[in-house]
Amino acid sequence: MRWWLPDAGSTFAGPIDALFLAILIITGIALVLVEVGLVTFVIRYRGRPGRKAFYTHGSTRSEVIWTAIPAVTMVALGLISNHYWVLIKDKRSVPPNAYHLGVHAKQFEWQVTYPGPDEKLGTSDDFTVRNQLHVIVNQPFAVELTSEDVIHSFFVPEWRLKQDAVPGMHITAWFEATKTGEFELGCAELCGMGHYKMRARVFVHTPDEYKAWVAQQAAGGTE
Amino acid sequence: MTSVAHAKPQGGGGGHDAHAPMSFWRKYIFSTDHKIIGIQFLFVSLFFLLVGGLLAMQIRWQLGFPGKPLPGGGILPETMVSGGVILPEYYVQLVSMHGTFMVFFAIMPLLVGVYANFLIPLKIGAHDMAFPRINMASFWLALLAGLIMTASFFVPNGPIRSGWTNYAPLAARPDLSGVTVGQMLWCISIVVLGLSSVLGSLNYITTVINHRAPGMTWFRMPLSVWALFITAILGVLALPVLQGAAIMLLFDNVLGTHFFDPVAGGQALLWQHLFWFFGHPEVYILILPAMGMVSDIIANGSRKPIFGYHSMVFAIIGIAFLGWIVWGHHMFMSGMNPTLGSTFMVSTLLIAVPSAIKVFNWLGTIWRGNIRFHVPMLNALGFVSMFTIGGLSGIFMAATPVDIPLHDTQFIVAHIHYVLFGGSLFALFAAITYWYPKMFGRMMSERIGKVHFWLTFIFYNMTFFPMHIIGMGGQMRRIYDPTIYTFLKPQQPLNVFISYSAFALFAVQILFAFNFLWSLKFGKKAPQNPWDDNGMEWSLPNPAPHGNWDRIPNVYRGPYEFSSPDAGSADFLPQNLKLPTDRDPVPATLPAGH
Amino acid sequence: MNGRIFSVVGGMFLLTVCSKGNQSNAAPVAPPPAPAAAADIATAGGTITGKIKFTGTAPRNPAIDMSEEAACKAKYPTTPTEENVVSGPANALANVFVYVKSGVPAGQTFTAPTTPVVLDQNGCRYHPHVLGIMVGQPLEIQNSDPVLHNIKAIAKANRPFNVSQPGAGMKTSRTFSAPEVMVNLECNVHGWMHAYAGVRSDPFFAVSKPDGSFTISGLPPGTFTIEAWHEKFGTQTATVTIAGTESKTANFTFAAH
Repeated sequence: MRWWLPDAGSTFAGPIDALFLAILIITGIALVLVEVGLVTFVIRYRGRPGRKAFYTHGSTRSEVIWTAIPAVTMVALGLISNHYWVLIKDKRSVPPNAYHLGVHAKQFEWQVTYPGPDEKLGTSDDFTVRNQLHVIVNQPFAVELTSEDVIHSFFVPEWRLKQDAVPGMHITAWFEATKTGEFELGCAELCGMGHYKMRARVFVHTPDEYKAWVAQQAAGGTE
Repeated sequence: MTSVAHAKPQGGGGGHDAHAPMSFWRKYIFSTDHKIIGIQFLFVSLFFLLVGGLLAMQIRWQLGFPGKPLPGGGILPETMVSGGVILPEYYVQLVSMHGTFMVFFAIMPLLVGVYANFLIPLKIGAHDMAFPRINMASFWLALLAGLIMTASFFVPNGPIRSGWTNYAPLAARPDLSGVTVGQMLWCISIVVLGLSSVLGSLNYITTVINHRAPGMTWFRMPLSVWALFITAILGVLALPVLQGAAIMLLFDNVLGTHFFDPVAGGQALLWQHLFWFFGHPEVYILILPAMGMVSDIIANGSRKPIFGYHSMVFAIIGIAFLGWIVWGHHMFMSGMNPTLGSTFMVSTLLIAVPSAIKVFNWLGTIWRGNIRFHVPMLNALGFVSMFTIGGLSGIFMAATPVDIPLHDTQFIVAHIHYVLFGGSLFALFAAITYWYPKMFGRMMSERIGKVHFWLTFIFYNMTFFPMHIIGMGGQMRRIYDPTIYTFLKPQQPLNVFISYSAFALFAVQILFAFNFLWSLKFGKKAPQNPWDDNGMEWSLPNPAPHGNWDRIPNVYRGPYEFSSPDAGSADFLPQNLKLPTDRDPVPATLPAGH
Repeated sequence: MNGRIFSVVGGMFLLTVCSKGNQSNAAPVAPPPAPAAAADIATAGGTITGKIKFTGTAPRNPAIDMSEEAACKAKYPTTPTEENVVSGPANALANVFVYVKSGVPAGQTFTAPTTPVVLDQNGCRYHPHVLGIMVGQPLEIQNSDPVLHNIKAIAKANRPFNVSQPGAGMKTSRTFSAPEVMVNLECNVHGWMHAYAGVRSDPFFAVSKPDGSFTISGLPPGTFTIEAWHEKFGTQTATVTIAGTESKTANFTFAAH
């Protein structure tokens, strides 16, 4: 039974998980204040015969305090968040040394196009594999997301990576995996009756493993 | 009974005697009385709430026990189940229609159709709405829309399969969705419902602006009326956008246009922008009236004025205003320009502030109060505690990087349900109980109400809190079988737990249904002001007569003068009660001859 | 007052009760299937037989990587391949749909058999790969795999359909209402799965066997144009005249490309 976010598997996970935790602490404090306050007041100020409520219309000072503190907190949160948002999603943040893969989503499969031994996408030695994403650990990769039909969404939980694939659009999403192993890619946008089955396996290889796999594919693995 | 007649000076007896006796049909079925219309909305919407709940039970069955035959599934046709097992296409229809029915035909009409209609004229001291016949039309259009939407279950290929959000291009392409007539019916139903909402909004806005009783200044209006008034403005501006989008979607489906299909020059993201430009104000339509009514009830239960009345009003206005510029937070992952993500993040984080202000003011209201724990107060306090969780969970998604793992997972589903069920529905349990005596002349059972509240509260949290956890773990929305994914298998026990809790939660609602229906005939006869409340409606008999007052009363004070020193030994002071020290107000703007 | 409330309640409920009547696209599921040969109807009449082959080298059928569907992959001792060109000894060509394109007297109607044509999804492949079926005859689609398949029928003359079968043992039945050569069937979860259905309003069609042979029987006397359709090699026609109960031969040779 898993009670928390999936194990961190990319360079994004660190900042995102830290931000998640920070928000959890802030909202946790707010929640405890409110709920404990509620319960305390409810018990302490329960109606008893002979008591009277305190007749007041409010306190401007309180309003200022509990407006200012949340406002400042939200602004700070926004500034910190935006820094990482730009780093992850902005087109200019894609590292120049990123390996580019083509990911074409369609009902109900992921078609991943690899650049082949010449390491260039768009040449004749490219090959496409169904439902398998192979990448190299500690190496930036960028997937060029396209869609054949409807909106799908490219989601690898361990990488904290999610990006919609939209028909008529060409969207680049970059990442750098930090853990080798086998993971899963799921579709995170309802795309039809087979939406739940739109699963691919993700393999994070060492550079040598990856080279060997590419060579094996190009030599006549599946199309 | 024509609308013109309402404007004439009333004789004695609430206006009945001035007209020939009405037939049963004119009095109760085709009625222009805002109170009857509100009650009509109540019965129809509670029915759709039940329908939405039944759909949810099937969803929880499949998620908890994927691939197991649904008990009683044999009665469903083989397009929906195979050997009793829910089919994937039926599953996505279930989630789509659960959302559609709950948002459009349960919560929205329960909050607005019922309480805007029932409360506004009573609480501002008017005989009826500004346009009673348009008001009647608003109800019948809503009912028609509900029937059209229900009909989509009975057409070939069934209802929509693209979620209540109905994203194009999936929704625009029958060859990709498999849905044909059902999609057309959804679009038509939405257009009709939009018209119903707009007509209703026109009434609510006009009535509040023009028909307040003398002395009922803007800042003496109860927060319930403020909230319903602001909500009406949201409605009249937002629903037409959805209607336009639905018409475009309908055309894509049947006329061969390509608004949303890039195949011939359309744009997939256009639907999302249009839908959410409507959709975000819509969710504030779904919470503001609840907040307003909860304010009335908490002040009453605490026997104290609402803490920070003016701040509360400005918070309502602030939420409504900011609500227009946050829609993109539903689209952070959509592929729109990331810079838009930044701007929408800012506005979304800011909208947390007025909501926080409201929560603190509710706490300030109960602070140093003399609290009465009647059933409406319990449910209102439940609202505050649950809405806080729902609102705080929104902050996670507002921070765009954190939205990346959370978007389109069960974490969002948890958030939605904490604000809509933990928020709006608890507020509705409170409101229905509170104004029941004014509607039907009887009290609902206090004992059953308390048991219902506690059991609902417990099972509700058992059902929806764990969804935060499985969402964090990565369970996507709208998936038919989580166990397909190896990384989701370890969480499946929590899905089972949620499903059992949901079944219990649904079963417990029998208590509410029974209480509601049984009390209609056998409830204790209600005293005129059972809650010792200040609202103008409580100076009328239960149930309130047609035309409400013979003569429009004067208003002498604000709505929350509980425990006022002027009240003497009582701890409440109705708005329209004249004390020796009060002077008659200068009359507010009213039609001549009123 | 309360009686009136109940009348309101009753009125509301009356108005909101929806009509019963679950509509379904499916024809009633036929009794246990037996693979139906297309030309069952005729007992007397002429016959056209033939052998189909191709010249040149058969293109390689691409291998199918079923790694993502372990339950299907396990059913194959060797790597399965697509069935674009299924050839037999001496370049015999299987899976060619042969049918009478014209020549059947106008106005003559044929009753469709009630025995269904069975389309089985097994090992993430359709069996058979090419089938013939009559208008109104049930197509019984069954899932022998413990995984989700959807069957999407892409048709122009017929109403398209798309149904899912998430588990083993599920059966769905469909019928076609108009002749169409060919209706494409595909699974969107397993993109390599394709099948082709030739829908005819008469029983005069056949699918060539692995040895390239086919037989169309029960033909009335007349001159017929028969067409042979192959998913990769295209179509070819031949004209055959039948008088009485004779048997005529029509062979087809496709060029591999």
